[in-house]
Amino acid sequence: MKPAPFEYRRADTREEALSLLAEHGEDAEILAGGQSLMPLLAMRLARPAMVIDINRIGGLAGVTEIEDGISVGALTRHREVARDALVARDAPVLAKAVPHIAHHGIRNRGTIGGALSLGDPAAEFPACAVAAGARLVLASAAGTRRIAAADYYLAPFETARGPEDLLVAAEFPADGRGAAVVEAAPRAGDYAIVGLVALARPSGARLRDVELVYFAAGERPNPAPAAAAILAAADDARAALAEAAEAARREVETIATPSASAAVRRHLVGALLGRAVAALFEGARP
Amino acid sequence: MTEPVTIDAPVGVPLPTARSARLVNGAGRFVADARPAGGLEVAFVRSAHASARILSIDAAAARAMPGVAAVLTAADLAPILKSFRGTHGAFPDLVAPRQTALAADIVRWSGEPVALVLAASRAVAEDAAELVEIDYDPLPAVADPRAAVAEGAPAIHPEAPDNVALTLIHEKGDVDAAFAQAAHVAELAFSFGRVTGVPLETRGIVATYEAGERRLTVSMSHQCPHQMNVEFAGLLGLDVEKVRVSCLDVGGGFGVKQQLYGDELAVCAAAMLTGRPVRFIADRLESMVSDIHAREHVVTGRIAVDGEGRILAFDIDDLFAIGAYSQYPRSSAGEIRSVIGLAGAPYRFCAMRGRARVVFQNKPPSGHYRGVGHPIGCAVTEGLVDAGAAAAGIDPLEFRRINLLTAADLPYASPNGTTFPRLTFPQCLDALEKAVDLPAVHRDVAAGRAEGRCLGLGIVAFVEQTSRGSGFYGDGGVAVSSRDSCTIRLEPTGGLRCLSSVTEQGQGSEMGVTQIVAAAVGVPLERVEVVTGDTAATAQGGGTWGSRCLAIGGEAAWHAGRKLRTEILELAGSLLQADPATLRLMDGAIHDASGARMSLADLAVTAHYRPHAFGGRHPQLVQSADYSPLDGPFRAGSGFQLSLVEVDVELGSVKLLRHVVVHEAGRIVNPLLADEQIRGAVAQGLGSALFEELTFDAEGQPLATTLADYRLPEASDLPDIEVVHAKAPPIPGSALGAAGLGEAGTVGAAAAVFNAVNDALAPYGGRVSAMPLTMGRILAGLGRVKG
Ligand SMILES: Cc1cc2nc3c(=O)[nH]c(=O)nc-3n(C[C@H](O)[C@H](O)[C@H](O)COP(=O)(O)OP(=O)(O)OC[C@H]3O[C@@H](n4cnc5c(N)ncnc54)[C@H](O)[C@@H]3O)c2cc1C
Repeated sequence: MKPAPFEYRRADTREEALSLLAEHGEDAEILAGGQSLMPLLAMRLARPAMVIDINRIGGLAGVTEIEDGISVGALTRHREVARDALVARDAPVLAKAVPHIAHHGIRNRGTIGGALSLGDPAAEFPACAVAAGARLVLASAAGTRRIAAADYYLAPFETARGPEDLLVAAEFPADGRGAAVVEAAPRAGDYAIVGLVALARPSGARLRDVELVYFAAGERPNPAPAAAAILAAADDARAALAEAAEAARREVETIATPSASAAVRRHLVGALLGRAVAALFEGARP
Repeated sequence: MTEPVTIDAPVGVPLPTARSARLVNGAGRFVADARPAGGLEVAFVRSAHASARILSIDAAAARAMPGVAAVLTAADLAPILKSFRGTHGAFPDLVAPRQTALAADIVRWSGEPVALVLAASRAVAEDAAELVEIDYDPLPAVADPRAAVAEGAPAIHPEAPDNVALTLIHEKGDVDAAFAQAAHVAELAFSFGRVTGVPLETRGIVATYEAGERRLTVSMSHQCPHQMNVEFAGLLGLDVEKVRVSCLDVGGGFGVKQQLYGDELAVCAAAMLTGRPVRFIADRLESMVSDIHAREHVVTGRIAVDGEGRILAFDIDDLFAIGAYSQYPRSSAGEIRSVIGLAGAPYRFCAMRGRARVVFQNKPPSGHYRGVGHPIGCAVTEGLVDAGAAAAGIDPLEFRRINLLTAADLPYASPNGTTFPRLTFPQCLDALEKAVDLPAVHRDVAAGRAEGRCLGLGIVAFVEQTSRGSGFYGDGGVAVSSRDSCTIRLEPTGGLRCLSSVTEQGQGSEMGVTQIVAAAVGVPLERVEVVTGDTAATAQGGGTWGSRCLAIGGEAAWHAGRKLRTEILELAGSLLQADPATLRLMDGAIHDASGARMSLADLAVTAHYRPHAFGGRHPQLVQSADYSPLDGPFRAGSGFQLSLVEVDVELGSVKLLRHVVVHEAGRIVNPLLADEQIRGAVAQGLGSALFEELTFDAEGQPLATTLADYRLPEASDLPDIEVVHAKAPPIPGSALGAAGLGEAGTVGAAAAVFNAVNDALAPYGGRVSAMPLTMGRILAGLGRVKG
């Protein structure tokens, strides 16, 4: 469990990182919190020629206000995301996700940029970003561009990020909806077998503006628009649960892994919807 | 025969181990901390195939890499290294194919070591290992135990064309008549996932060879250094007294560090071939495919019950999958003997049939892990007992009360073939009922169920066979010692240095020996230094296996201590001109009826430096004793485990609400360490019940090779484990009167959870039969998804 040889470069500025990426991007890995990259290196599953450490770059960590919401810097650690006041105001779904991510030690080091970049289909933050309509801000020597999270995740561990790109931030439009993150995981802190990010505005027995995005069920964050529409149209969201769950089971792709068969995942897709709806109403209680 | 004696404090006192402070402060010294000058580091090239013929090995590129000293294959080791077979004389039919330290022609599991790279660092060795080109011709592989014994399955060894290594048939009493006349019969199927011990410290070894004197010095992380000393000498053609095996701190063993591994043997051979110290520290990835695995069983069982709720008979059929080889030196036969010999163990019944087959498969070898067969025997028995109770319409605990062995039944020659001289279920049941308000638990379960919660209660009885005598291995021609020894030296200022053959992997056996010696001699605890784990320092002894350290090594320590005390009092009598019988040694001072007369320090100084003061008597100042249980094959502990669970019927997850262990094992030397032994073992049992499984695909490729995929229970997954010691007199036949207890927790933990979950699922018409109880299995058991 020793990494294959690689060259270590520490970028102290964003420009330095971008020029290293421009030159070596194809053969380089960016080192952020290292909580995923280091095990991948140690197991020789990742074999970059170069590792570019971005931890000393100023201005990449922290949350700032932007016109329509907040920008979460790529180097913001999971733990800071959980405690940030602006996150609580505009993107509370992120804070709701953090307790499900790994353990304290990993949350202290792991970064939102790393979690969004890795493209692990079982990760919470990518599903949050898709549900909340986040924009991912990618910088390269050629300039800066923004990609909707919904367009970012192509396949497991494959994103629209180019080899020369550095993810610098994720922008979340202010979202006043209630948020719930629920999952079925073997142990506390494990990657989910199936998870669900749900956003909605509860009012009485109704749920308005429902957004559902599953994770860990399939190969990428999986929106469930039909199920969301059924819930949003119902006078009593709870009464429509069975129908919505059925729709979700139909529309959400489910995969088989050693942890669970596709059939188990399909079942859980439905079961978790009830949990999410309960949590949304619970969260709306004064 | 020696009988239990009164023993004073500090025996019986709950004291933390002396070494804990050092370990938690990070000052432990493990084999990985030893980096001999001029040493080479090892990386193994391990087979990527579960079954393949090796056509050629080309190590030229690896050898050419800077920093690489050598690349060795089976052919290189063969001239100095013998092969070995995991046979056992008690099972002459056991097919135990010959093994070599590195695979020679055919690889039979994914992860089997094929070549060893020696380099300046482990990183370089790993780089070079990637360059070793092995040309394989893949052969068909069999992974599933049922597939292995199916018609037409490819034979893994020519010696076992049907892949069956051993079949054990046991029949006692008229089983068919019992089932024919039974008022109730219940039948269940079980399957148990493959697990492993996962010590915190992985396996590791440093070997140094001095060619001139043919002297091999080994430092390794192991439970049984004396066994390894004998094995290394034998397999490497060295004189046993020229080999020394010692252990530094050992971070857990659990049976994983009880066998001989080809990779460790290859390291010794490499030290001999290169003349340089060689160091190998297993990483976690290779540990998961090379440490001994355990407990992969497929079982069906039946129970027959009469109209009064009395158990008549058990009928058990067990398939035990051992991977590619019978483990060496102990063989992989003991496990099924335990399963059969413990079936129905806590109960009175009249007939038993058991068939157990040991099968080969293309997976890493499987063998002994904490509890060896006990957890399977217990889970099968207790599952059937619950099913029998349900069939008879009797409350499960009531049903057990009817059938549990009582003092009047003892000694009990069970139809399972085992004779139990002493069990203490009435005392344990009493303790359980005092410690747990069972009616209140039942009320809570009923109330919770009325609210729609899926709650379940499991209460199981268990027997732990501990501190084995020499019959099993000794008569089986296996060089495994059931003895333990202790030598105690009186040092010049009155301190005691104690050389004990027990070994320490964190369980506190050294602390137990310390307490026993302090009590036996009569000195303060702080003045007893215990040395273990070094074959050049301690006399021969078995080390750690089968819950034996204190019951056996502690008994030896007691007798050595009493002998030394006798000598000290005689010497004191000579100096004080008193009858030694009127003297006592307490707290490091010699007392007569009037009080302290002389400190042990003064006596020791006199004896060491003025031996002429004793009237011509030569002070020895060192005494030894050795002990092996000669009076029977084992000493048994008895107990109950209670599990209260809540199942989430939508997600298929299980929450452990409560876990109680009631246990009796004779004299308890250190109640604190005893509790922690039981808790740790319960955690491992709960792990195999709920989380842990070494999964493989149908071709034998391992799927759980990291601790992300192999799920150990974590603190947040477990409830507080309540431990209750039932009171019973010390066990007859020895001064200490202790049984072991290191495995007790694992024996009944999974069974209790399994029964509790099935109790929870019963009102939903659900049932589970396979452990671990994953979400998928629970959902399938509830009929919510297809199994
Ligand atoms: C035991 C364990 C359990 C875990 N459980 C969970 C879990 O339940 N849910 C979950 O979501 N995660 C989990 N994780 C992963 C954890 O959240 C990681 O921290 C996270 O996925 C990656 O963040 P990082 O900052 O550590 O990234 P790193 O490990 O440093 O990098 C990960 C990848 O992202 C790339 N990268 C990093 N930053 C950038 C950037 N700014 N721009 C472009 N590319 C970048 C790297 O090149 C690398 O390929 C777990 C990790 C462990 C070790």
